[in-house]
Amino acid sequence: MSILVNKNTRLLVQGITGNEGLFHTAQMVAYGTKVVSGVTPGKGGEWVLDGKIPVFDSCRAAVEATGVNTAIIFVSARFAPDAIFEAADAGIPFIVCITEGIPVQDMMRVREYLDQKGVRLLGPNCPGLLTPGEAKVGIIPGDIAIPGNVGCVSRSGTLTYEVLYALKQVGMGATTCVGIGGDPVNGTNFIDCLRMFEDDPHTEKVVMIGEIGGTDEERAAEFIAKQMTKPVVSFIAGQTAPPGKRMGHAGAIIEGGSGTAEDKVKALEAAGVKVAKHPEQIPDLLK
Amino acid sequence: MKLHEYQSKQIFGRYGIPVPKGRVAATASEARQIAEELGGRVVVKSQVLVGGRGKAGGIRLAKTPKEAEDMATQILGMEIKGLPVRKVLVDPAANIDQEIYLGITNDRTARRPVLMASAAGGVDIEEVARTTPEKIIKVHIDPLLGLRDYQARDIAVGIDLPKQYWKQFGEICHGLWQAYLECDATLAEINPLVILKEKQLAALDGKMLLDDNALFRHPELAEMRDADEEAPGETEARKYGLSFIKLDGNIGCMVNGAGLAMTTMDIVKLFGGEPANFLDIGGGASADKVAAALRIILSDKNVKAILFNVFGGITRCDEVARGILTALEEVKPQIPMVVRLVGTNAEEGRRLLADADMTTAETLADAAQKAVAAAKA
Repeated sequence: MSILVNKNTRLLVQGITGNEGLFHTAQMVAYGTKVVSGVTPGKGGEWVLDGKIPVFDSCRAAVEATGVNTAIIFVSARFAPDAIFEAADAGIPFIVCITEGIPVQDMMRVREYLDQKGVRLLGPNCPGLLTPGEAKVGIIPGDIAIPGNVGCVSRSGTLTYEVLYALKQVGMGATTCVGIGGDPVNGTNFIDCLRMFEDDPHTEKVVMIGEIGGTDEERAAEFIAKQMTKPVVSFIAGQTAPPGKRMGHAGAIIEGGSGTAEDKVKALEAAGVKVAKHPEQIPDLLK
Repeated sequence: MKLHEYQSKQIFGRYGIPVPKGRVAATASEARQIAEELGGRVVVKSQVLVGGRGKAGGIRLAKTPKEAEDMATQILGMEIKGLPVRKVLVDPAANIDQEIYLGITNDRTARRPVLMASAAGGVDIEEVARTTPEKIIKVHIDPLLGLRDYQARDIAVGIDLPKQYWKQFGEICHGLWQAYLECDATLAEINPLVILKEKQLAALDGKMLLDDNALFRHPELAEMRDADEEAPGETEARKYGLSFIKLDGNIGCMVNGAGLAMTTMDIVKLFGGEPANFLDIGGGASADKVAAALRIILSDKNVKAILFNVFGGITRCDEVARGILTALEEVKPQIPMVVRLVGTNAEEGRRLLADADMTTAETLADAAQKAVAAAKA
């Protein structure tokens, strides 16, 4: 079992003919993910990966021809918001956006629109997700994780890889590993994933990787205390980071001085979460 | 990206917000000339990108053009929180009845812009927010609909603004919203917005922060950047799309991903070392980006060892390895280097680096310990 992606995932790759799109499509296919089609406007009718995957001019055409239930976006930041709107309007219920550097106001409009349509977004600025042994949707290296009973959710890309890798070294595996991305406004958040892991019968324990800034970890801690029965282990990156550059008065008013690693660790420990000093300690805390 | 007060107020003026008729001066004699043209009392305000200018003596009232010149001379020689003052804004002095705070920023929790105001504006607004948060009135703006008239009115009522100012206040709120929207700001703030004795509203101070990710559609705003305010490495890093912050330690760190970069710093400290920098080479780092990153790290003379920690995903380890080799040929560093490559194309990367004189590490803890030891040797 798993959350969000599995062997029934039928994936559309937006930006499939670009450098990153093509490279990671090949990696996803090699992992066993069902990549059914791709989109690059102007390249409809072409085929990629030795003629295995058809390319379409639009999401709508790809969806009609190939039956898609998940889209992944490898499109540069200035075109990525439009790619998300296009996938949502084509009726795709789950969209993963890898792109980093999307303007935050664009993301606020995207998120508002998707919420109204009931479309789930993961990212942007995220590594995607991996259900070991079933499907890889994104850029998490497939060989660093094995199937198991740990659910992983993380705000940081490469730090997630560290944790999966550390788990694998001691023979522990994951149900699904989700990288939610570090942007201030994104789609799926910690609580969404914690809830799905709590409901997934095969997930027995959960690892949550946070970092400084914002209050998502604090709110996740509240959720864990009230609604989770499964044990959660955490790590917060940035424990030694110098105080960040301040966001003027309004930032201080909104965030009320919260968002430090210390606050987050305190909130999580108060919710019964074991917090690791560094990511390689996580496997021990899960035992 | 931060804008100066004078730049922010110029932008606000274009959106119909009443701002003082002052101008900016780089020399004391220019300041005098502006004061002469304005006539009457003026305020001479240092233009530096930090808060607390008034408390540091960087904002002074002058009764005559001669006084304005003297004050400009003093202020232009100052440093405020380590930043040299290179410009002053000379504004006509205002007769103030009341100071209001008005600002728009992103509320990341609500995922919407939030418009905020308080009748207790001025220098102590953060104190107000901390001790009496109920005195700050907030409305969230639907990013698809924009600011509605009734929302501005709700704010006016919430801060007990006399009815005669509601119309002008609404126009200012809309102007601020448009400025925030069209400039892709992450903050647009007027503090104070004042009620003048002449029964008018005016924006006496202004502050804008712009979203760096959106500058591609605002070339004219990107040109307003004040490179003086950045550490030298930071300007260079920005050019290559690297995220770099200089710190005081002696272990240079080059990492892919912000979370892993912070974690690498955390672990270096955990094992008794001090990181010299935060450096995230980002996703899909190319060889020339890596080479630039290495040059930036090595330009810091405190650096005694370098730790490369790359976990390949979208970034390919072989690309990073090529970048390291290119940079090594160019700069030939004489300090120890510890490298850890894991993930996408890691084997290829390790093979490329096999002949370079570098210590390799398997785990994160191992890499950090080796780097700490190397820096102390």
